[in-house]
This record gives sequence, C-alpha cells and structure tokens, in this order.
Amino acid sequence: MRNRRSQRRLSNRVFMEIAEKVIPPRTHYLNATYGVKSWLLTTDHKRIALLYLASVTFFFFLGGLFAVGIRLELLTPKGDFVQAETYNRMFTMHGVVMIFFFLIPAIPAVLGNFLVPLMIGAKDLAFPRINLLSWYIYTLGAAFTVVAIILGGVDTGWTFYTPYSSTYSNGNVVLTGVGAFITGFSSILTGLNFIVTIHTMRAPGLTWFRLPLFIWSHYATSLIMILGTPVIAVTLLLLALERIVHIGIFDPALGGDPVLFQHLFWFYSHPAVYIMVLPAMGVISELVANMTRKNIFGYKFVAFASLAIAVFGFLVWGHHLFVSTQSVYAGMMFSILSYAVAVPSAVKVFNWTATLYKGSISYNTPMLYAFGFIGFFIIGGMTGLFLAALGVDVHVHDTYFVVAHFHYIMVGGTIMGYLGGMHYWWPKITGRMYPEAWARFAALVIFVGFNLTFFPQFLLGYMGMPRRYYAYPEEFQVLNVMSSAGASILGIGYLIPMIYFIWSMRYGPHASANPWGAFGLEWRTSSPPPTLNFEKTPVVTWEAYEFTPRDEMVVVSVRDLLDETLRPRPVGSE
Amino acid sequence: MADTHTTTHAGLAHHFDDMEQQREAGTLGMWAFLVTEVMFFGGLFLAYILYRARAPVEFAVASNSLNVTMGFINTLVLICSSLTMALAVYFSQTGKRNLIVVFLLLTMGLGLTFLVIKGFEYHEKYVEHHIPVRFATYEFNWEGHASGHEAASIPVDDGKVEMFFWLYFAMTGVHALHMIIGLGILATLVLMARRGRFTPDYHSPVELSGLYWHFVDIVWIFLFPLLYLVGAHLH
Repeated sequence: MRNRRSQRRLSNRVFMEIAEKVIPPRTHYLNATYGVKSWLLTTDHKRIALLYLASVTFFFFLGGLFAVGIRLELLTPKGDFVQAETYNRMFTMHGVVMIFFFLIPAIPAVLGNFLVPLMIGAKDLAFPRINLLSWYIYTLGAAFTVVAIILGGVDTGWTFYTPYSSTYSNGNVVLTGVGAFITGFSSILTGLNFIVTIHTMRAPGLTWFRLPLFIWSHYATSLIMILGTPVIAVTLLLLALERIVHIGIFDPALGGDPVLFQHLFWFYSHPAVYIMVLPAMGVISELVANMTRKNIFGYKFVAFASLAIAVFGFLVWGHHLFVSTQSVYAGMMFSILSYAVAVPSAVKVFNWTATLYKGSISYNTPMLYAFGFIGFFIIGGMTGLFLAALGVDVHVHDTYFVVAHFHYIMVGGTIMGYLGGMHYWWPKITGRMYPEAWARFAALVIFVGFNLTFFPQFLLGYMGMPRRYYAYPEEFQVLNVMSSAGASILGIGYLIPMIYFIWSMRYGPHASANPWGAFGLEWRTSSPPPTLNFEKTPVVTWEAYEFTPRDEMVVVSVRDLLDETLRPRPVGSE
Repeated sequence: MADTHTTTHAGLAHHFDDMEQQREAGTLGMWAFLVTEVMFFGGLFLAYILYRARAPVEFAVASNSLNVTMGFINTLVLICSSLTMALAVYFSQTGKRNLIVVFLLLTMGLGLTFLVIKGFEYHEKYVEHHIPVRFATYEFNWEGHASGHEAASIPVDDGKVEMFFWLYFAMTGVHALHMIIGLGILATLVLMARRGRFTPDYHSPVELSGLYWHFVDIVWIFLFPLLYLVGAHLH
C-alpha cells in the first residue's frame, strides 16, 4: 500500500517535471505580478483576502498571548503571576484584540473577500479600491491599538463601560477606542461592498435561490455591518470626547446617563456577535452540503434563517442589561425576543443535521470542524437561552457561565467555522493540499483542548465564580487548573495548522481545480484562480448544490485537466 | 471599431460587464452608505431625544439663546445649495460641461457660506462662554447669561443646559465635518468636469455626490428645528 502510494507519488513528480518543461507555467493571481508593491497596491479581492489573512492571523496569536497570561494567573487562587491591575489589562486587551481585530474580520474579510466574487461568478467585488482601502483602515486602527498596548493597554474590559472608562480608568482608553472606531469603518466598507456585489454582480442565471448559502449568510452579515457599526462608531466618538473634554453625556455627575452608553454599545455589540457567527454558519452550510454530497435540507429555510437572525439580532441587546437599571417590563420583552433568535438558529442546526441523513459523508478535516461547530453551537446556544431567562440571568450574570457561553459561540463556533473553511478552501487559495493526517490530528487536539478549557467554566460560573477577577477562593482551583490545562492543549492545536499550512504552501501536493468533487462556481475555475477569476463568465443553469451524475461544466486550463487525470487524488477526497 | 475609444468605455472599470451594471452598483453603494450615515447620526438623535425628554425646560431655554436668524439664513443657504447641486447633476446628464462647473462652484460657494455663518455662531457661543468644556483658561458659564428677555428668568439646572450645548456642538460639529468632506468631493468633481470627464453616458460621480450632498442638507433640516426652534415659544 505504502509502496504503491510512493510509487504513484514518484510518477507524479516525474510527470510534473516533464509538464513543467513542456507546458509553460499557468498564470494565476499569485504569480501574475511580483513585488511588495504589487501586493500593497493590489485591487484583486483574492490578494486583499490574503493581506487580511496575514493581519488577522497576527492578531489571533497576539490575542492568544493575552489568553495565556490570563490562564497562567488563574492556575492558582492567589494573585502571583500578575496583580489585579495587570490582570485587568490582560483580559481587556484579549477581548479587544480578539473581537475587533480577529473575530469580526476573520471570516468575512478573509474567506468572504476571497470567495464572494468567485461564488457568484464575478471578476471582483463591486468596489475593488474601496476593498483595498478597508484593509488600510483596518491596519490604521490596528496600529492605534498596538500603540495603546505598547503604552500599557487599557483596563476597562472590551465593553468600555462608563463612567469608569470615561472618567476613572487610567489606561489608554482613547487610543484603544480610536483604534476600534477606525477599524469599524473597514467593517462598514466590507459589508457595503458585499451587499452591492451580491445585488449587482451575479453571473447570468444565478438567481437568489441558486446562491450558495455562504453568500446568503454573508449578505445577512453585511446588513448587520452597515446598520450596526455606525452606531458603535458614534458611541465611541462620544466616549472619546467625554474623556478628552470632560463633558458628561454618559457621566451621572454631570447629568448624563451611563446606561445610555450600555444601550448604544450593545445595540451594536450584540448584533456583532452575529457578525462573528453568521459567516461561520455560511461556511458550515457549504461544508455540510459538499461533504455529504446533498443539497442542504430546506435550503430556503436556512437562507431566510440568516436574514431572520440578522433582523432579530437587532432587537435583543437589552438582555445584556437585565441587572442594570432597565425596566423589568423592557427586560421581559428582551427576554422573549432573545428566545425568538433561537428559532432561526435552531432551524439551521436541524437542517444541517437532517442533511446528513442518507448523505454520502466524507469524514475529512473540513467535515470534522463542521461536526465540531454543530456540537459546540448547540451547547453555546442552549446556554444562551439560560442567560436570556430573567431569573437565571440574575444568578449567573457576570460569572464564568457567561464567559463559557460566549466562548462556545465565538471559539467553538466562529473559529471552528473559520478553520473548517480554511482547510476546505486552502487548495483553492494556494493551489496546494494540506497534509490530511496532521490536519485531522489537529482538529482532534482542538476539540479536546477546547472542551477541557471551557466546559469547566460553566461549572465555575454556576457555582458563583465571577468573571474578571485575578484571584478566587481555593475551592475553585481544580476546575481552573483543568481550564488552564485545556487552554495549553488548545494553543498547541492552533499552532499545528499554522505550521502545516505554511509548510504546504511550498511542499504540499498540487491541488486540482476541484479536489473535493464539490459543487459551486469557485470549484469550476482553476486552483489558484486567475486574476479575473474565470476565463469566461460562467452561465448558471443549475440549482444550488445540485449533486447529479451529469457532467459538470468545468472552466479550467489544459494543465489542470492533465493534473486531474494523471495524478492521484488527495487522501481526504476518497 | 472606433467605438472602443469613446468616453463610454473610458469610464467602465475592468470588473464590470457594462455601464448599466456599473451605474447600478455605484447607486446602490451610495444608498447603502447613506443608510450607515443615518445610523451614525441616529445615535446622536437618540441621545437628544433621551435628554430632551428629561429636561424639556432647560432645552427650550438653552435653545432660545441660539441665534435663530443665522440658523434660518443657513437653512435657506443649504436649500439653495441643494437646488444648485441638482442643477449640476441635470447638466451632467445633458452634457453641458461649463454649466456643470458653474453650478458645482455655486454649490461650493453656498456650502462655504454655510460654514462661515456657522463659524460666526460658534464664535458668538465662545464669547458667551457657552461652549461646554472645562479648561483652566475657559469654562462653560450659564450664570452670566442675560439675554434680556423673559426666557432668561426661568429657573434652570445649569448641568442640563450644558447637556443641550454639548449635543448642539456634537450634532452641528459632526454635520459641519460632513459639509467639509462634501466640499472636498465637490472640488474633485470640478477638476474632473473641467477635464471633460462627464458625459451623458458617464456622470455617476456627479449624481452620487449629489445624493451625499442632499443627505447632508436633510440632516440640517432635522437639526434646525430640534436645536433652534424648540425654545421659540419663549420669545
């Protein structure tokens, strides 16, 4: 077996050597032009996606570094690694970096940027220069935040609650706030670009209900981006002005109302949770459909569920204010509406699960992440319902129960979706396959590490351990040690893909145009795609995920066709 | 074909199939952007509603101290600028290059007039110590306010009056910033129009900038009564 495979690999290499001499190298978006300038001034959505990939990866590991600090401190009940002040800054910077600079841009700006035009058969996004501008704005905002970190960070929590942030905190509130403010505009521009692109640039024949569900979820995400982000922008602007010129729009000493800040903040920041998780849901829909080789069960319901989540998402922010001065009647409304969001979310989970039924399931890495996502999302979502219940929330508000809940959504949901998507589209992005065995191993490590990190936090929170404290009573130590141990496993789990992805860019086996036998326009062009995506504009005559034995229209170069017929298929696709 | 050298094709970006698609994308993009602007100003309007509901008397009294005449003139100036902008768009559609430039310049002139008048108003507020900041050299002071008419005699909470001025400066300030950005856009359009970039087939930039300009005007149409007229009954 092993011998035969290495023999095939050998003949493949011989073939490639001959091919490279006979056929001139194909021009694609990666080798079309060279030099730093050709990347920094590019308007190609695929290159901009890679610029974002580099940036968000940097911030992911930076945010992870702060998480390491937090988990180290919480190994022991007493404050020995750091003291309260430093600890407060660490969890704040962990939140700010992870949310504004990783989770929000991760899937839309990397995978969305790369795939939206490919999936709808367009040459680029509607506004390519605005797309590049959005990356520069992101970088500028990031620079402000990095400077704030270097100057000592900020200690308000990522929520910047007033009047602590506007009056009393002695951290770099303004710098960090300005960083988040600026980055918000990159998010607005990305959302705007997606909406216009999806409306006006679809290939002939690609009607709304033929769109991949990835596009639907990105459309819903974009709606939230353009409707919500301006509100956080004006809120942070007011906060900064208040801190600089000491006038109290949020300061009770000056007649202001600190709860107004919470309302404005969560009016954006709750929908922002859906900015983070909706794109991941889009990825999961793609993975489930393509790895079971079936159309998603109830396609239209899943499509509309995305929109429903976006709309309901704007009506539930008050569930963050159950224990502030919000009226109890408002609390009841917000509680009911929060339950309502669970309906479209559950529709998605049920439909993904129903799709598996009688499907031809491939248990490869992307699918492992999809399974992980579904399981974590169920746990994270159900505990969200606990928190939406007024009485239960009073008990667990501001405890580790909340921390565990949203990490199940953001880490268990968004990052699992992001990694699943990265593995699935990696051959399209780079033209190379990742090592499947290592990838499955890493997925397993992440699964174990994640649960060990965050499940004990549910128990801690339920027993009453408040969040955001650097010290805790001794009876909580066992569970905290479990959590820290899990975090170190999780950290290793994230490093493994980092290493083999970089390795595969150079040494990975070449990928064919469609290594998964997947559906969707992005698989009907070569890997990596040419700068203008398709050699000729595709005409769509099929429904979404219409898996039939019929010959699929393939727009590929001669070289790819040769690759496809003469080379062994990658392990994962068997 | 000589066709490929006409201006129709010069304005078409590489990733669009035809001019129609490009125009649709641009228009939708601008409207979506204006939606984000509505949400941006929405946060300020929400704060205004909240604090005015809590301090209706103070808001009326403080509003009464604003210069309604200047505010009214500014309203007229902006409405006129909307007309000249609309005419610039019209002439870009009909392809009258010189008239585009004339009306864009007129619009810019009116926009500048607005900002100058606004500057005089701000200066007046500065002299009266009505700018709500607390520095060592300059402090907000409502005590010394003596406008001579009965509104001044109504007892008010100074802190709430200050809140009105805080909102006044935040809202008009953000609006003025949008005006300044608008002037920059118009200046670019003037340069483009002088080079003959706009034709009946390609005039989206003028049209879309017009949408932006009208939006900024409309924001003022809301700001004027909310800030200047809520105390008019006290005269």
